Amino acid sequence: MNILEVDQLNIKDTHTGKVIVDNVSFELRQGRCLAIVGESGSGKSLTCRAIMRLNPSSLHQTGRILFRETDLNALSAREMRNMRGRPIGMIMQNGMSAFDPSCVVGVHFRETLGEHYGWSRSVIDAMMQEAMQSVMLNQPAQLMNRYPHELSGGMLQRMMIALTLVLKPDIIIADEPTTALDTLSQQEVMAQFIHLRRTLGSSMIFISHDLGAVRHIADDVLIMKSGQIIERGETGQLFTAPRHDYTRQLLSARLTLSDHFRQLINEE
Amino acid sequence: MKIWKKGSMDKTGSLSLLVVIGVIMAGLFAPLLAPHDPLAVQMSLRYAGPSWEYLLGNDQLGRCILSRLIYGIRPSVLAVLVVLLFSVLIGAVLGFAAGYFRGRIDTWIMRICDVVLSFPGYVMTLAIVGILGVGLENILIAFVLTKWAWFARVIRTSVLQYTEQDYIRFARATGMRHGQIIRRHVIPVTFADIAVVASSSIGAMILQISGFSFLGLGIQAPQAEWGMMLNEAREVMFTRPEMMLPPGMAIVIVVSAFHFLADSLQVALDPRLRQSGVQHDRQPEHKEVPVRL
Amino acid sequence: MGMYMIRRIVFAIPLLWAISLLTFVLINLSPMDPAVVVLQAQGVPVITDELIARTQQQLGLDQPFLVRYIHWMADCLQLNFGNSYITGQSVWLLLGPALVNTLRLTLVSAVSIIIVSVVLGVICALQAGRLLDRSMRMLAFILTAVPSYGLAALLIWYFSVRLDWLPTSGMESYRSYILPVLIITISYAGLYFRNVRSSMLSNLNKDYVLYGRASGLPERTITLHILRNSLQVAVSIFCMAIPIILGSTVVVENVFAWPGLGSLSVRAILSRDFPVIQAYVLILAVSFVIFNAISDMINAAINPKLRNGL
Repeated sequence: MNILEVDQLNIKDTHTGKVIVDNVSFELRQGRCLAIVGESGSGKSLTCRAIMRLNPSSLHQTGRILFRETDLNALSAREMRNMRGRPIGMIMQNGMSAFDPSCVVGVHFRETLGEHYGWSRSVIDAMMQEAMQSVMLNQPAQLMNRYPHELSGGMLQRMMIALTLVLKPDIIIADEPTTALDTLSQQEVMAQFIHLRRTLGSSMIFISHDLGAVRHIADDVLIMKSGQIIERGETGQLFTAPRHDYTRQLLSARLTLSDHFRQLINEE
Repeated sequence: MKIWKKGSMDKTGSLSLLVVIGVIMAGLFAPLLAPHDPLAVQMSLRYAGPSWEYLLGNDQLGRCILSRLIYGIRPSVLAVLVVLLFSVLIGAVLGFAAGYFRGRIDTWIMRICDVVLSFPGYVMTLAIVGILGVGLENILIAFVLTKWAWFARVIRTSVLQYTEQDYIRFARATGMRHGQIIRRHVIPVTFADIAVVASSSIGAMILQISGFSFLGLGIQAPQAEWGMMLNEAREVMFTRPEMMLPPGMAIVIVVSAFHFLADSLQVALDPRLRQSGVQHDRQPEHKEVPVRL
Repeated sequence: MGMYMIRRIVFAIPLLWAISLLTFVLINLSPMDPAVVVLQAQGVPVITDELIARTQQQLGLDQPFLVRYIHWMADCLQLNFGNSYITGQSVWLLLGPALVNTLRLTLVSAVSIIIVSVVLGVICALQAGRLLDRSMRMLAFILTAVPSYGLAALLIWYFSVRLDWLPTSGMESYRSYILPVLIITISYAGLYFRNVRSSMLSNLNKDYVLYGRASGLPERTITLHILRNSLQVAVSIFCMAIPIILGSTVVVENVFAWPGLGSLSVRAILSRDFPVIQAYVLILAVSFVIFNAISDMINAAINPKLRNGL
């Protein structure tokens, strides 16, 4: 069963008249993880923001975005707001800038959970602390009283994952969640993503250009280039038998790079 | 120069440039352009209205207002440009030294800048005029002494930003001489920043200098200067308010022309601002790290 | 935070010292002999060398530079700035009330500036690119090109003479504040409201706004967060504006005959009354430094990131 169907999504910049995402259609099946892979400017992030209708008003989007039975693109602003956070959750690329720099991070949790569940502060704090412990964040009570600049990117990323754990959305959109991190934090965060999927059983859209991470977590893969989908398929199949030249290029770039590294290491 | 080659000045910018050049020319060639002697007193023509002979009428001593306006360009505009040139020069030399060589030179220059900038500009100017005495030259000296620090600071920041870049580090590492690096790589790129800062401060400086003349601390009678002409007009404000119009309009036009020029210069030099002038919902730049595979 | 405040105050001390030295040196650089000024002010018909020497001795000008500086510093710390060369009055008695008047005008203007710039800045940011926003910015742009003294004269002519609504000059009642405050507000609000506006706009595009929306927060909450972050700019504007206005009320004070430091200083300059000029420069520079320090501290209180700096 498809939980999300994107049909003929088109995104146009009203200032320049340029089409940025060109009639993209895809579907996300219940409980599966769909990776969208592509280089910078391929339109993958805009596509995902379009699902949540978070693009600036200067970008005009048309097409149908069916979530279960409702067309998200036809909802009023108010109805759309109710879809964000709980039914569809998002994890941002850069944890360092995702939280209001002038507030301690706990403020965002309290506001979000208060908005969706109407819980009291003590309930929220208890729920968040439990979730934070499950993503390996120690001393959660203290962490919630820290300012974003006092925490590392990896910690903030895991805090977003913890919030998602409490919100239990049906679809999680992760917009390059590991690109801004160093290798060690990347691994930690990836582990938490796998944990997140296992706990919630949610469907997930995972945007990345990190093919290693994609191979690790995704069931299906879309390859995007210049606003179009050029290849799609199941992860294993796509990695072993890519059909499009561009995909082959991406994969071989990765291979030669790692071969080169292996060589360097062997020489030492 | 790269600004003109780019040819990306908009219409207002080009118009302002025309006005500015026109005014500067008029100031330079004032003796040829002015219809009358700006100092010639004719008591019979006191407060005479505009006529074919005297296009803008006559002032309280019957002097030709148009001629006084044209001669007034010299202290009101040209003098400001000279002051600007000197302060930018001093600021550029010190700013380059501080930003390029860093270390102790940088610390000391910036300390001095801090002290100079910790005086409000007006107060410093008043202090210097108070000591050296009233007169346009002293105001101009005071302006150079107070403004250089601001330019030095801005230019240092700009230089710093570029010297941190890899190609300059590379040039240093390959043993290129400092003078050569500064001439070839630093000056051309920082020039744009200097042009923007300098052009955007002219307007305020014109207003301030004419303000001091207005207070009677600048140029002395009978010389013509726009601020002083306004001051003279103020004395008959209740009976002849229209006397304020010519010098007032002259200041407004010239200062706006400089402002518009600075604005379009900035847009022309900074490609980030160029996109259709709508800055508000420019597509947020999505930071992506080069593909790490 | 406590540590930050201490560091900031310690940082200001050498600056204050440098200012005192500079003020003293500047006055001593004057080509005019102070003794001559005093004698001229007393109306002495023939100024002889002997007379000058005697006056110099009276004024303590015959002592070495360093001794004079230390004496002067010690006196200044006790608010004793000497006597006016012209009237013979104590400079502090002359400057004190004028300082209070100038501070009053400055504070009222600063409040007015902050209200106008925040209100206009927020409205224009929310309406960015629309007619209201564009016309406000255009107006601000044009107003920055208008000399404040010319505008002041124009407003006096219209409101005080033509309509006879407001007093032309002096400081009699709250109505005397209206025109000077209006002029100062117009000269500065144009600049500051654009700061507030662009700060709002740059916050609108920040990731935390996107994440707030993506988390399903209502627009009201998000706007509050944006305001919270942009108002930092407003607060620093407020603090920075005070010393700047303090230093630049000269022109407005003279146009409106406001009995403040500005009017006093111009008179002192014209009559070369060195002790008054010296005290004026010192007092303003010191208040400039103090207000700057306060503004940094307030900023650090709002923006925790800044506390680690310095």
